[in-house]
Amino acid sequence: MTTDNLTCIIVGASHAGVNAAFTLRNQGWQGKIILIDKDQHLPYHKPPLSKKALTAENQEIAALLKPEASYQQANIELILGAEVSNLNRESCTLDVTENGSLKTLQYDKLVLATGARPFIPPIPGLAGNRAVFAMRTLDDVKAIRACIDNKDVKRAVIIGGGYIGLETASSLLGLGLSVTLIEREERLLARVTAPVMSDFFKTLHQQKGVEVLTGLEVVSVNSEQDNQLVLCDDGTSIETDMIIVGVGIKVNAELAEQAGLKIDNGISVDEYNQSSDNNIYAIGDCANFKHSMFTQKVRLESVQNAVDQAKIVAKNLCGETIVNTAVPWFWSDQYDYKLQMVGLATGFDEIVLRRESAKQNTSLECLSAWYFKDGALLSVDAVNNSKAYALGTKAIQTGTKINRAVLADENEPLNHKTLFLA
Amino acid sequence: MVKITFITKDNKSTTLEADSGSVMALAVDNNILGIGGDCGGVCSCATCHVHVQEDQADKIGKASEIEEDMLELDDNTNEFSRLSCQIEISEELDGAVFYVAQE
Ligand SMILES: Cc1cc2nc3c(=O)[nH]c(=O)nc-3n(C[C@H](O)[C@H](O)[C@H](O)COP(=O)(O)OP(=O)(O)OC[C@H]3O[C@@H](n4cnc5c(N)ncnc54)[C@H](O)[C@@H]3O)c2cc1C
Ligand code: FES
Repeated sequence: MTTDNLTCIIVGASHAGVNAAFTLRNQGWQGKIILIDKDQHLPYHKPPLSKKALTAENQEIAALLKPEASYQQANIELILGAEVSNLNRESCTLDVTENGSLKTLQYDKLVLATGARPFIPPIPGLAGNRAVFAMRTLDDVKAIRACIDNKDVKRAVIIGGGYIGLETASSLLGLGLSVTLIEREERLLARVTAPVMSDFFKTLHQQKGVEVLTGLEVVSVNSEQDNQLVLCDDGTSIETDMIIVGVGIKVNAELAEQAGLKIDNGISVDEYNQSSDNNIYAIGDCANFKHSMFTQKVRLESVQNAVDQAKIVAKNLCGETIVNTAVPWFWSDQYDYKLQMVGLATGFDEIVLRRESAKQNTSLECLSAWYFKDGALLSVDAVNNSKAYALGTKAIQTGTKINRAVLADENEPLNHKTLFLA
Repeated sequence: MVKITFITKDNKSTTLEADSGSVMALAVDNNILGIGGDCGGVCSCATCHVHVQEDQADKIGKASEIEEDMLELDDNTNEFSRLSCQIEISEELDGAVFYVAQE
């Protein structure tokens, strides 16, 4: 296939979009590559935002996905601070607004890597409140730090006990704030992990000094000058200086939806990440895709997923025919604790929990939860236990059966020989 | 400034100069094929796997425990394997040669 005269436009220059652009070039795409994002900043790593970037001395130095010069070297036209406002599938064009002026760009192939934005729940007092922040972009982090540094903020309330909320709690505590975290569900990380893990993280955050309130719903926020009063459904009220909302995301699917593409929990795509229009693909957080390992379509929010889908699409656009077989994985760093997860636990019927003694040189607990269905390993959540994570990954990748007696016996060392059944 | 060489799976050799940062960051900044650096250098992805040149193993040093565990993810791992995000560039590294483990 010759791609000399073809233009590929990628909307969204984050983990998915940037990797798609560079993989296209590396795989021999000869035509134009245009990469557009409304964010003004050179594309940067998102995971550090709630972790190191928040506590760093200087928020100006983001961890770039690629240095500035590499876009030019790879002949990728990077357009930043420009929003794509309309997609016309008949004419294969995009309307792009840059510095207030509108222009139209023509594509042959279009990759939507538009990701997601924070969902701000319709709680009275949140919208338009300058003490309320989201945690998704570098500008969010800069705004949070500016508020803390300039206003001498001492107290923060975090709404939402998912990864982003918990990581933010850990970082804000590191900055010396007193932190209250409010979660509507009865436990933390309710959507993504088992109760044992939820309990573990609750205890961890409480021990570090976070006030963790679960099963509590925020009903309104009242501001009086610089003071915020957060009211909950049981009558509790909490005074604070700032509020960070981390209750989940909303997929940026409007562009695709307006253009009449199939939408179903995000932009619906097949195993090649191709949408209901043959010239349009969707990757990353915005894509609900057919993964070869799972019967149901899945929409995943992780760096691994964004990068792997980007590579799949780029390779397919360059003439290969490959589908996604990568086992999903994810990590989260809180305090000096490292959580690593692999696989998807959906539909599990058994959990084996394993506590091991602390590793050499540290006193950190070492924990892993292994999720099974009909005896087959579905996923592993490992805390400070990269070995469990790596072994679990191998077993899931290869469909190897696990010796559960060994797994459940904390005195048995874990390795390929002890754990894997032939 | 020290000189560091990467040899990719297609046998291409690239010598770069640097004075600080991690070996992974140097590779990513210079588009060295096969080094993803997807987790940004926090030892979570194993997409920065390199083999150290045998006679330089001592000077580069050994993998930490987490690093070793993570390296188990790759079939291509041997006693000279390292995750390059865990190797900091310093004077010591002058002349180091890294063989990129993935395509
Ligand atoms: C604080 C935080 C911490 C995280 N920590 C981890 C972690 O530890 N591990 C992990 O695996 N994952 C983590 N994630 C998730 C991970 O960052 C996301 O899954 C990943 O960024 C998804 O990449 P993406 O390119 O699909 O979407 P996004 O990163 O959301 O990027 C989409 C881009 O599209 C742009 N865009 C959207 N619409 C338009 C438009 N109409 N015109 C122009 N531009 C547009 C947006 O500006 C944005 O830059 C974290 C995320 C956050 C926010
Ligand atoms: S960059 Fe992820 S492990 Fe090295």
